[in-house]
Amino acid sequence: MTVTLDTGLFGPYGGRYVPEALIAALDELAQMHASIKDDSIFAAELEHLHKTYSGRPSILTEAHRFAEHCGGARILLKREDLNHTGSHKINNVLGQALLTKRMGKKRVIAETGAGQHGVASATAAALLGLECVVYMGEEDTKRQALNVARMRLLGATVVPVTAGSRTLKDAINEAMRDWVTNVDTTHYILGTVAGPHPFPVMVRDFHRIIGDEARAQVLELTGALPTAVLACVGGGSNAIGIFYPFIDDVGVRLLGLEAGGDGLETGRHASAISGGRPGVLHGARSYMLQDDDGQTIESHSISAGLDYPGVGPEHAHLHDIGRAEYWPITDGEAMEAFSLLCRTEGIIPAIETAHALAGAMKLGKELGPEAVLLINLSGRGDKDVQTAAEYFGMV
Amino acid sequence: MKTQIGATALEQVLRDAKAQNRAALIGYIPAGFPSIEGCKAAIDVLVAAGFDAIEIGYPYSDPVMDGPIIQEAADLALRNGVKAKDVMATLAHASATGAAAVVMTYWNPIEQFGAESFADAIAAAGGSGVITPDLSFEQAHPWKESATKAGINTIFVVAPSTTAERLQKVTSITSGFVYAASLMGVTGTRNSISNSAQELVTRIREVTDLPVAVGLGVSTPEQAREVARYADGVIIGSALIKELLNKGLDEGLANLKKLAESLASATKGAR
Repeated sequence: MTVTLDTGLFGPYGGRYVPEALIAALDELAQMHASIKDDSIFAAELEHLHKTYSGRPSILTEAHRFAEHCGGARILLKREDLNHTGSHKINNVLGQALLTKRMGKKRVIAETGAGQHGVASATAAALLGLECVVYMGEEDTKRQALNVARMRLLGATVVPVTAGSRTLKDAINEAMRDWVTNVDTTHYILGTVAGPHPFPVMVRDFHRIIGDEARAQVLELTGALPTAVLACVGGGSNAIGIFYPFIDDVGVRLLGLEAGGDGLETGRHASAISGGRPGVLHGARSYMLQDDDGQTIESHSISAGLDYPGVGPEHAHLHDIGRAEYWPITDGEAMEAFSLLCRTEGIIPAIETAHALAGAMKLGKELGPEAVLLINLSGRGDKDVQTAAEYFGMV
Repeated sequence: MKTQIGATALEQVLRDAKAQNRAALIGYIPAGFPSIEGCKAAIDVLVAAGFDAIEIGYPYSDPVMDGPIIQEAADLALRNGVKAKDVMATLAHASATGAAAVVMTYWNPIEQFGAESFADAIAAAGGSGVITPDLSFEQAHPWKESATKAGINTIFVVAPSTTAERLQKVTSITSGFVYAASLMGVTGTRNSISNSAQELVTRIREVTDLPVAVGLGVSTPEQAREVARYADGVIIGSALIKELLNKGLDEGLANLKKLAESLASATKGAR
């Protein structure tokens, strides 16, 4: 629809800005990705894993008490937090791990920020008997020590990255260096809809199941399409997953919530679209945080999973053509929504996800009780208990 | 030797080297490393030792093609506050030494500067061209146009994994020389030169008459001599930088001089 398949361009965004050494592997991957589209055996394998391993379809929960804080709008939560490993990340990882087997590769590498994608990758690797190495910024290994232990329990090697800002962007750099060196034996399970073609298209296709299910579930429950669909956006994988099947439903508003950190005006945030401009990072053109010379600027967010200076190219395109909106949500707004969902619904969300909930509180108040807001509850908050407890002064 | 009209300094030094039946020696150093002035002094050392061409690295925040040594040097340069104007000033310094000078940069700094302005600035500084290691063929068109208009070379990198069909495409938009990455991997010193280097050079020669220079992992005089037997150019980066890392400038420059001289004599006496 919006994509030219051969080069992976979304309007002026996407493409491939990578060392020539990776082109052959990206071509192979693009070919693999195209070949599984009409492959019923692959589809059946993946569906089997979804049903019997990760727990799909994920349910839809109506949040009546939380809705009172959203201007009375109906709030429907797509419960990706209930997936095995605790977030939407498993959808993409299972797909790519199966592809790895098809390509005859025995080793996978992954980058991770909060650790959710790393844990999902380690999980899929254990399940399918693949060697797994996860690159994680040293700063993040400290912030998310529990997830480091989880990955190691699952048999993965976790490599703390000490270059640059020691966070997610540097973990991606290091994973790409590993991939350039070991591309014959190794597949890089990129965790978001960024990076060179075919990753943005492929990762979206593995996550669109979120939106496909949710669209049918909302129709069944309410008899109509939702007024708006909301999701948090770091790289943007959970957001594109739930947005994509609604793109042609032009009456449905699509709202991505970026990490506003201390506020856009402070410069300390991770809002690539709301507070950045187009450039090239990690192999694709999209919005990003950068200085005048094109040097990447470090991002800031209370949420490790959104703490990334770039965003997927399809979001950049959806923004430019006006099909989706992107709002920044500050750390404070996100934590208020986090706390509210805990107390009104008995659900502890990931802090990433809390940005989408805060967006619903704003949009609901704007639209009122007639609105039906579908929110991607992309992950659960077990990993964030320490951060939240410190934030609220409970420990 | 006859200077060809319209040829860049880079094309000229490669032609001269060929006429002398030897490989050209090319050195890489990031602008602003170990300091803005120290970098210029290091360039002087390399040229005095016999380097034919200098690649000025544009220090970048996310150097995915570089190993730990160049990462550290680039990081230091950025902390020294290097900006685009410093890169151009360093390029101008290198050109003024009489060696051919080019800039090697990841794509985003060019895009933010503006492709046309960047190409013009390179030409204005006396630079011969730009090496763009992460600009894929599919995305290269606007840059190729700007560079051609400015009269500078567009140097693209090819790898052992590059297919024959793609070698044809990439070399068709390349000028100056073809940069052959000796191995699958990032920049850095290695114990030996991969066999894939010579195979790649042979495959490149099947599709183009352009000079071919080999880089990535060439670090010792022995390795330089080996590569100089079959390639038109030998590119040394990390090994030079290593001499300057974590040392006082005078000590670093003295070490650099020793290494540069032995690299030059190995390269020039290889055939």
